[in-house]
Formats: sequence, C-alpha cells, structure tokens
Amino acid sequence: MKILVPVKRVIDYNVKPRVKADGSGVDLANVKMSMNPFDEIAVEEAIRLKEAGKAEEIVAVSIGPAKAQETLRTALAMGADRAILVETDEEVEPLAVAKILKAIAAEEEPGLIMLGKQAIDDDANQTGQMLAALMERPQGTFANTVEVDGDSVTVKREVDGGLQTVKLTMPAIVTTDLRLNEPRYASLPNIMKAKKKPLDSKTPADYGVDTAKRLTTTNVSEPPVRQAGEKVADVDALVAKIKALGIA
Amino acid sequence: MAEHGMDQETFGQFIEQLERYVRERLIPAEEDIIANDRIPEDILDEMRDMGLFGLTMPEEYGGAAMNTAQYVETIRVLSYALPAYRSIISINIGMVCSALKNGGTEAQKQEWLPRLAAGEIACFGLTEPGSGSDSAAMQTTARMDGNEWVLNGTKRYITNSPHAKLGLIMARTSKENQPKNAHVSAFLVPMDTDGVSVGKPDKKMGQSGSHIADVMLDDVRLPADALLGGEEGQGFRFAMQSLDNGRLSIAAASCGYGKRILDTALRYSTERQAFGEPISQFQLIQAMLADSRAELYAGECMLRDAAARVDAKEKSIIEAASAKMFCSEMCNRIADRCVQVHGGAGYLAEYEAERFYRDSRIYTIYEGTTQILQLVIAKNMLRDFAAGAQR
Repeated sequence: MKILVPVKRVIDYNVKPRVKADGSGVDLANVKMSMNPFDEIAVEEAIRLKEAGKAEEIVAVSIGPAKAQETLRTALAMGADRAILVETDEEVEPLAVAKILKAIAAEEEPGLIMLGKQAIDDDANQTGQMLAALMERPQGTFANTVEVDGDSVTVKREVDGGLQTVKLTMPAIVTTDLRLNEPRYASLPNIMKAKKKPLDSKTPADYGVDTAKRLTTTNVSEPPVRQAGEKVADVDALVAKIKALGIA
Repeated sequence: MAEHGMDQETFGQFIEQLERYVRERLIPAEEDIIANDRIPEDILDEMRDMGLFGLTMPEEYGGAAMNTAQYVETIRVLSYALPAYRSIISINIGMVCSALKNGGTEAQKQEWLPRLAAGEIACFGLTEPGSGSDSAAMQTTARMDGNEWVLNGTKRYITNSPHAKLGLIMARTSKENQPKNAHVSAFLVPMDTDGVSVGKPDKKMGQSGSHIADVMLDDVRLPADALLGGEEGQGFRFAMQSLDNGRLSIAAASCGYGKRILDTALRYSTERQAFGEPISQFQLIQAMLADSRAELYAGECMLRDAAARVDAKEKSIIEAASAKMFCSEMCNRIADRCVQVHGGAGYLAEYEAERFYRDSRIYTIYEGTTQILQLVIAKNMLRDFAAGAQR
C-alpha cells in the first residue's frame, strides 16, 4: 500500500505572529517557517505504518512556494520515500489544495491519504474533508488512533463526547489530531540520506487546477489584549464586586 | 585545501532539528539528570540515533563529516542545555576520533570509528596524579613483552571513563624523556581488557550527569597493533592536536551556555518586581544585561572566526587559544551577573542561576586553564615576533 502525506509549510509554532499594519494578514517576512505540526503527526503515523509492514511507500506532497522544498526535505528526513512539490507563489485555499491532491491521488493511487486535521496558520480544518468529498471516498477525521487491517482502516476519532470509532474502506482519507503520536526528530544520518531521495517539481497547471481565490479576507487583527485583574481585600469585597459587575 | 564539511543546506536542516530537540527533550530532562546525576539511557539512545556521536567523523565510517565551523556551531546549539550532554559526546568526537583520524592506521580507523560514531563511549587518558600538560613527569609505562604491550599506571580525572568502551591512553614507551615528547605513545585500550579498572566517580562542584574517575592499568596486555598509528613516540603530538580541537569545543560550550544563562537572567529581570516595577527597568540591572550581551556577541564572533581559520588551514593557535580563554571567562562573568540579577534567589539551589554558576566554573580550567592559554598566546606572539612575521 502507498500512503500520500500532504504537508504544509507554515509559520513556526514557536513564533509569536505579528499582524501586518494594514490588517491584510500575518507578517511572514523573515519569520521562521516549518512543517505544520499536525502534518508532522501524519508523516510520523505513515512512517510507523510502514515500519509495521502495513505500507510500502510514503509520498510526501506540498503545495506552496519553492521554499516548501525544505518542508518536504524534513518529511523525507523523517522517513518519507519521495516527494512532490507543487510550486506556486499564490496563496492556495483549501478547496484548490483538495483539487490538486485529488489529481495527484488519481496518478499515485494511494491506499491512504493522511494529513493534519488543520494547519496552524489559517486553522481552516477543511482540506481533508473537501478532498474526501471530491474523491467520493470515506474520511476519518481527528484521528486519535489508526489501525490498518487488510483493505480497511479503523480510526478512533476525537469528538466532543470522547472517542468515536469508525471503520473505513480504503482508499480513505485520515486527518490527524494532536494525540495520535509524538513525531520523531529527523536524525543527522537520515537528513543526509534525504538529500538523495527524489523530489519532483510540478505546478498547479500540471494538474489542471485553477487556484484563483474564491474568498476575500477583509481584515486580520491581533487578539485583544487581556485586561489586568483587580485584587480585593476580602470575601465581602469580592461578593460586592461580583454583584456590581453583574456576573454572579 | 579548505574543509568544506557538510552541505550547508543539509547542515541548516540538522541545526533546526537539534534546536527543537534541545528545547523539547534535553532541557525538560535536565531536572531528572541533576537529581540522579546521570543521563537516562533512553536519552542517550536518542542522542545516538540523532547522530550526535558521529558529527565530525568521515562519512565512510558512519559520521557526518562536519568541518570545524559546523562542529562548533552544533556544540554551541547543544550547549544551550545541561553541560553533561556535550560532555558525553565531546570526548568521542573532539579527542579520540580526532586522534584516530590524524594518527590511526586504516585498520584502527575501520575498527573503531564506526563504533564511536554509533555512540560507543570513549575516554581519553593523558592526565595523571602527577602530570597533565607536562609530559616529562608522566609515570604510566608501556613496554613490549614478546609480541604484546604491557601497560602500567594510573590516569586521573578521566571524563566518561565510567561509561567508556574504549580508552585512548598515553603511556611512556621510553624511560628517558626525549625531545618533542617522543617518549610518549598512544594506545587503543578496550576498557574491558584484563587489568583495566575504573575508580569511583569523583564528586564535583557542578556539571551533574557527567562523570570523571581514575583509570588504573595493572599489567594490561595489549596486542602489538594497539599502538596508535603503529609508530612509537607520536602519542603526545596526537594528544596535543586533539586538545587544540577541544579548545574550540569549550569556547562553543561557553557561548551556548552563556546564551542560556543570559536568557534566564533577562527573563527573571522582567518577572521580578521591586519598588513597584520589574527590576529590568532599573538601569544598573540593564547595564549587567547589556555588558553580557555585548560580551556574548564578541565571544560568538571569535568562535566563528577561529573555526573558519581552522577550516581554511590557516595557522590558528593564537586564535583558538584566545577564543577558548575569552569565551570561558565571558561565560563565567555572565553566570556571575545572572546570580547578581537574581539577588538572594540567585544563591538558592531552587533557581537555575546557582547551578549555572557552578557548571560554568570548569570552562576556564579544563582543556588548558586560562593561565596556560595566556602562556600559549604569549609564546606564539614572541615566536612570531622573533621570526619577524607580520601578522
């Protein structure tokens, strides 16, 4: 079985994002970028399936600027076998990403497409679901555990009430949640080996996908600054304060 | 020819992973290491898997073939965490691997380098109860008996010896002292050889999790090919070459740890309130932070410049000695100010400032004290002057 793992290059999770002065988006100039942490979990899970003999090949794919090559190299260093970069400098919305992935899946015929449940930059949480709809294949979102058995995959999903178990017939789409696994660090020997693994370069046009934006961002703003609290002398003062604020 | 080392892009990728590993794994494990005075086996295995033991070893022996600039940058990044992490890899890389690379026969390289790169721990035995850099006083002897070498003596302060599988041991192969230290030879000693024993680890001021102990050699019999390079009288030269590498490693450790210490002081100064505001608002605190920042920058510049000179195969004894001397003293000044910024809290073991102060103290001592380095620098200055060299 082949596993396709889409990975997105996003602002590093340790960086405190700054909004551009004109409110058009987050300032990404000279900001450290890295692989979307949820996608990293997807890569790790794919590698574990391969190590367990459940998969033969892992193909990582990224849609984005030339620099997304670095993100793919990280996936290769972690253990993916080869990579495809679909290069574009435009911002690509989840629907267009899903369309490109569908076209790649048609060529590659993976048994599983495993990707992060969302990217930490736009938090859209849409690509996996849209891809499943476009491909008319089953989806297991917010995966907490993934078990492959024959031509089906059992996914425990993190839902509000607890864990929901679904069994999907492959090919299937699985989106990964935070607690699925702890991704490994790419080791120095594997980083060196990754350099020699194949990385194909494509463009959205190669897959006949129009990536023009369907959505307009009207404004991006920083979260409001939290107001300082107030210290009160005793319980009576606290009660009086609560009453005055009308929050009791 | 200049040392190109690893491909720079690949190296950058590694550093990014290492920074994460330090932040997410190594720093959170520090408390446990300090409490138990040992690096847990699972972390050591991870460090082996990460390839940290093979940084500078040639690729054909399972290493990453880093040049000096890349090596010291790796050490600098790693040294943001507890010094024990650097200590456990640095003897392999800086001392034993470097001596094997410079002086080993092909068979010796084939036998040991892949094992060292994979993380078998090695120790380096030069210092003795009565001798260190002064080889004329060396007591440990090696004599030929039939077709075997027989080693006798005691080595002192041997870092990592309680964990080592291999010891690179200096011993005198001639009773008389000879010019250029030709009475000293180096031997590859598997630590499980009969007659080798390791003492109880010494108690130290700081550097928890890193161990030093005596190594006793009692009629240790070794095959003829245990002699490094297969040639007598070369041991001290190899040892000294390794020490030159070691100096930049200490400079890098001082820069990495110095940054950690300064970051800690800076954070504390913004959190600690006095007279109704964070103490970072007071100019005398700011002066300590600013001095530290400028000195750290100076140290980092020296480190990078000295490493680049080594890679360019320029003469760099003065630069390497200067970088080690300045960076280690700088790290101690920052550690001292970090305690001062913390005030009373800085004296308590509950805060990190206290152990930073103790851990840093060794940097101005080992791999050449500040005073030995002053002599090295001055001696080379005078020699260059006498030779009329324009520098």
